Amino acid sequence: MTAIAEPIRSPGPGVRFGWAVTDTLTITRRNLLVWTRVPAYLVFTVIQPVMFVLLFRYVFGGAIPVHTAGGYVNFLMPGIIAQTAAFACFSTAIALAQELKKGVIDRLRSMPMARSAVLAGRLVADTGRMTVTILIIIGVGYAVGFRFLNGFLPAVGMIVLAIVFGVAICCISAFTGLAIGDEESVQAFGLIWLFPLTFLSSAFVPIATMPGWLQAFANNQPVTYVVDTMRALALGGPVEASLWKSVAWLAGIFIVFVPLAVRAYRRAS
Amino acid sequence: MSQVNGVGQPAILVEGLTKSFGEVRALRGIDLSVPRGTVLGVLGPNGAGKTTAVRILTTLLRPDGGRALVEGYDVVREAAAVRRSIGLAGQSAAIQEELTGRENLEIIGRLYHLSWPRARSRAVELLEQFGLLDAADRTAKTYSGGMQRRLDLAASLVGQPRVLFLDEPTTGLDPRSRLGMWDIIRSLVADGTTLLLTTQYLDEADELANEIVVIDHGLVIAAGTSEELKNRVGGDVVEFTVPDRRRIGDAIAAIAKIGEGEPHADPETGVVSVGVGSRGSDALIEAVRSLDGAGVETRGLALRRPSLDDVFLALTGHAAEEEDQTGGRRRGRRRGRSKEMERTAS
Repeated sequence: MTAIAEPIRSPGPGVRFGWAVTDTLTITRRNLLVWTRVPAYLVFTVIQPVMFVLLFRYVFGGAIPVHTAGGYVNFLMPGIIAQTAAFACFSTAIALAQELKKGVIDRLRSMPMARSAVLAGRLVADTGRMTVTILIIIGVGYAVGFRFLNGFLPAVGMIVLAIVFGVAICCISAFTGLAIGDEESVQAFGLIWLFPLTFLSSAFVPIATMPGWLQAFANNQPVTYVVDTMRALALGGPVEASLWKSVAWLAGIFIVFVPLAVRAYRRAS
Repeated sequence: MSQVNGVGQPAILVEGLTKSFGEVRALRGIDLSVPRGTVLGVLGPNGAGKTTAVRILTTLLRPDGGRALVEGYDVVREAAAVRRSIGLAGQSAAIQEELTGRENLEIIGRLYHLSWPRARSRAVELLEQFGLLDAADRTAKTYSGGMQRRLDLAASLVGQPRVLFLDEPTTGLDPRSRLGMWDIIRSLVADGTTLLLTTQYLDEADELANEIVVIDHGLVIAAGTSEELKNRVGGDVVEFTVPDRRRIGDAIAAIAKIGEGEPHADPETGVVSVGVGSRGSDALIEAVRSLDGAGVETRGLALRRPSLDDVFLALTGHAAEEEDQTGGRRRGRRRGRSKEMERTAS
């Protein structure tokens, strides 16, 4: 590593790339450390989704008729996992808004570190966190009767898709956090778009049970495509149509929101 | 040292810097020059443009016009080199409260691309220098306000900056922490760091800065040493408090004759002051007689050296702490504002 005594020489592109990687890892490490220090974060990322599993499995589940092998718990779990991945991104926006307000982002932007690292480190840490949560939820799911019915690799594929979906939502969330910049507003705004998006989908109930005007929305939004794909991967059934649409939606989200988030970070004040 | 910069070149050079936010013209063309190893105090009320200037100089904001060089590097075109030369501590403590003091500094060290062992030893050095070693392994959340600000200042020094920007470093601190902060800042300056310090506190600029620029409404309205600025007020000041606010008008009338300039009164605190030039104690005696004759009760009547408060008043026509709600510009009039201020306050 470069000595601090001679900081003015401009580093070459190779060194700069190396810094971008180490800076991202440093920020990732910092974010994960913070996560372990705040009990409330653990509650939100682990206990809340577990409660959702139990609530839908034992309270609402009996009233929701589905034609899925293994019954409602198998229908439910891919939906819960997708929702968990999406809700994990609440904290992405809130943490960035907090850092902005406290001047942490100003400090980091005034330092000779890689400019991409703050966002990249945030996304990597959140991806790690999300992965842990998803694995715990699957464990809980197994305890209450959920089973993968389609073999090992499709099951892994389902988890990967859930994570990529979560990261896409995190990019939207990061943009809103940096653009709004106020913790409470960010939290309220997150509820306004994330709740309808996850609940008005095929995640918890068959769309056919909704009124017609709602079906029009629920049938054509990304969460439904992602959940349908995950369900097909977990339980078997036709994957291709919904997978193709999922990939298109996710790619679209990345193409639009990664540059927006980067731009919001550069202009953050 | 860097090869690019001549020794005589200032550490900070600002020429005709402008910046607007929509309709608001935050900076309307300011010039600054800060020689190496000196402290510039940028003094001005809230909204004067101090923070905007600091944000431009630390590459956080792009100026609309003019240019700014830090250590000879252009803040827009050579932002990366500027970032390698500077440290910044803003108005709030930009630290991660969930992490310990040590972890905060180690992470900043890693982001300055120090090796792990070097990042660790640098953190210890700074914790020791700032009296935080005992609290090193407690989370920063448990720190007092003064300790958090010290940790924040320590974080700004991890990269051993040549030029340090402190944006209102003592705002919100209790008087004791404030004095502690001053000592630390003085020791940094003794090490040869160039410092640009913004403040709303006139005594702070007086205490710490070699040179002071006074900013108001995005323009530099005065520059010089603390002594030079005080001389502009024109000598000593007679000051007293009128406990009965309704008698302020009478008090002003009573001392109007003895002052060199027009008296100034703060209708909220009841403090009345007037510049008396070099007539010192004669003027004080006259004031006592005159106020007694008018039957105005006063407290704490005294003669004192002018403070930077008086300077600000003389230069801008309004007190430094006063928010200018009217948006009107009232510069250049010396001490002629007492009547108008009473009106706006009532």
